[in-house]
Amino acid sequence: MALGRTYSVALVGLNGYIVEVEADIGQTLPAFVILGLPDASLNEAKERIRSAAQNSGIPLSRRKITANLIPASLPKRGSGFDLAIAMAVLLAANDVRPTGRKVFIAELGLDGRLRPVRGILPAVMAAVRAGYSEVVVARANVAEAELVPGAQVRGYATLARLAFDCGADPQDLALDFEPETEDSDHPESVTGPALAPDMCDVSGQAAARRALEVAAAGAHHLLLTGPPGAGKTMLAERLPGLLPDLGDTEAMEVTAIHSLCSLPSGSVQLLRRPPYENPHHTATAVAIIGGGSGLPRPGAASRAHRGVLFLDEAPEYDRGVLDALRQPLESGELVIHRSAGSAAYPARFQLVLAANPCPCGNATGKGVDCICTPTMRRRYQARMSGPLLDRVDIQLEVERVSLAGFGQPAAEEGTASIAERVRAARTRQLDRLLPFGLETNAQVPGRLLRGALRLDAPTTRILDYALERGVLTARGYDRVLRLAWTLADLSRHDVPDADDVGQALGLRQAAAVSP
Amino acid sequence: MRAKDVLGRRGEELAADFLQAHGMRIVERNWRCPEGEIDIVALDGDALVIAEVKTRKSLAYGHPFEAVGADKLARLHRLAAAWCHAQGLRMPLCRVDVIAVVDDGIGEPALEHLKGVG
Repeated sequence: MALGRTYSVALVGLNGYIVEVEADIGQTLPAFVILGLPDASLNEAKERIRSAAQNSGIPLSRRKITANLIPASLPKRGSGFDLAIAMAVLLAANDVRPTGRKVFIAELGLDGRLRPVRGILPAVMAAVRAGYSEVVVARANVAEAELVPGAQVRGYATLARLAFDCGADPQDLALDFEPETEDSDHPESVTGPALAPDMCDVSGQAAARRALEVAAAGAHHLLLTGPPGAGKTMLAERLPGLLPDLGDTEAMEVTAIHSLCSLPSGSVQLLRRPPYENPHHTATAVAIIGGGSGLPRPGAASRAHRGVLFLDEAPEYDRGVLDALRQPLESGELVIHRSAGSAAYPARFQLVLAANPCPCGNATGKGVDCICTPTMRRRYQARMSGPLLDRVDIQLEVERVSLAGFGQPAAEEGTASIAERVRAARTRQLDRLLPFGLETNAQVPGRLLRGALRLDAPTTRILDYALERGVLTARGYDRVLRLAWTLADLSRHDVPDADDVGQALGLRQAAAVSP
Repeated sequence: MRAKDVLGRRGEELAADFLQAHGMRIVERNWRCPEGEIDIVALDGDALVIAEVKTRKSLAYGHPFEAVGADKLARLHRLAAAWCHAQGLRMPLCRVDVIAVVDDGIGEPALEHLKGVG
């Protein structure tokens, strides 16, 4: 029977499904047909496979080759199926031995070399989860595939080598073909600490530095309002440096997303540092949320998963774009539907918004230089909707640095020591919140704040007073409590005291635009 | 005669012998009409066989089968109908076969036969 069977993985978002590849050789005129909803790049596999096999010394059969990708209803895309189809066809022609439950994920070059593909990490994770632990990938993808615990990864440089190991007749094989290593062609990924900006570059701005530390410690979302040149961008860029390293599970999630987005350079390493995404304010909802034709791809919000999403000049964004962020802020996940299917991407990011106080940017302090009318100012601020700002715990006004602050030589505290305090605060939070299934203060629901974590009346007196006077809304009340807990964690109090609550209220109300 | 025609002629001879050896009866060779040419018309039991013979000296320019595309196949089916019409015959069973001959002029020529294509 001229039938070959191998396995590969189809990715729908970050979820992978085992795909069975059947190949049949029919006794009729030469042709090559791929069935099972292939997209354009997968359909081109025919030509790649024919040339690759020819140049590897194992030409494909001169008959009608039919490759079927099962399940047929699942849309499949990309070049990662090349190797699985090629092996199935060679199997059907009895050129190689059956390969059992091995999963093949690689693109073929015309000369018969195996090329890396993107999304190897989520694909291998899916394969191992489905019980197919033996994986064959291009050599440049081995390091990434080996990140998956339990995967038995084998990397090959050429189809000829793989065919030889699978029992092909070594006489015809082009075994001496050894492509030069590609790894050196690609620049090293910029995940290292080489570019990390340090907090000691920020002069003055004591209040903003404190707010940044609190935001990092409790994973609170942050809004910085201030005139141009006050250092909002500078501050936001330094937030990822304050965050603790990612845990094993988180690091895998983050690396999986970046494996999908990056070019298939094959140099993906486990990302231990929280990512930082800084889209331009002309970005569309699709660029931020994810989408695109066919199967949706992750956007900036998902690339910032477990890290920081910084929206500079937030009021300049389309209002629809900003409001589209409300759902992931709540659920930590984005489910995107398109014609070819729906994909779910995680998007649990820390949001940092920066805004000018008005279109001209000068309505700060007394605002004497401001040329905007009150209506213009109000309209500008209203572009960030109330429901969005409701989810931002810390709203801080950043002043221009005064000469006194700027003249100081670099005596400011550096990132390292602040990050140390943040890490300690995170540990305290985790000890307290783990019984409730939570990790950070920012996630604590109001029910819990006013229930199991309730503070006594003397501590919250200042808040109750603010609420009574109508200065603070009920939702704002909860947010101040969340911040108070983070402040207590930073100053190693078991429970927030009146001082922590007072400071928290200050962080909440500092911004002139607090809703 | 040019070299390629000599080769093609020889391939057709080989193919005709091959078909006869497999129990078919050759009815006509190189039948021409304005539409084109049929290499071999044969009878396989009750079935009329329109055979196209493709001959190559080597595989350097592809396999002979690869030279039979969709256009060629469609023409062969039209020629089959034209032949039946010209003979005033009605053949209920009619098929198109393709025979590939690879003959490097040194060793034994290799023949491959595909039945009922298209």
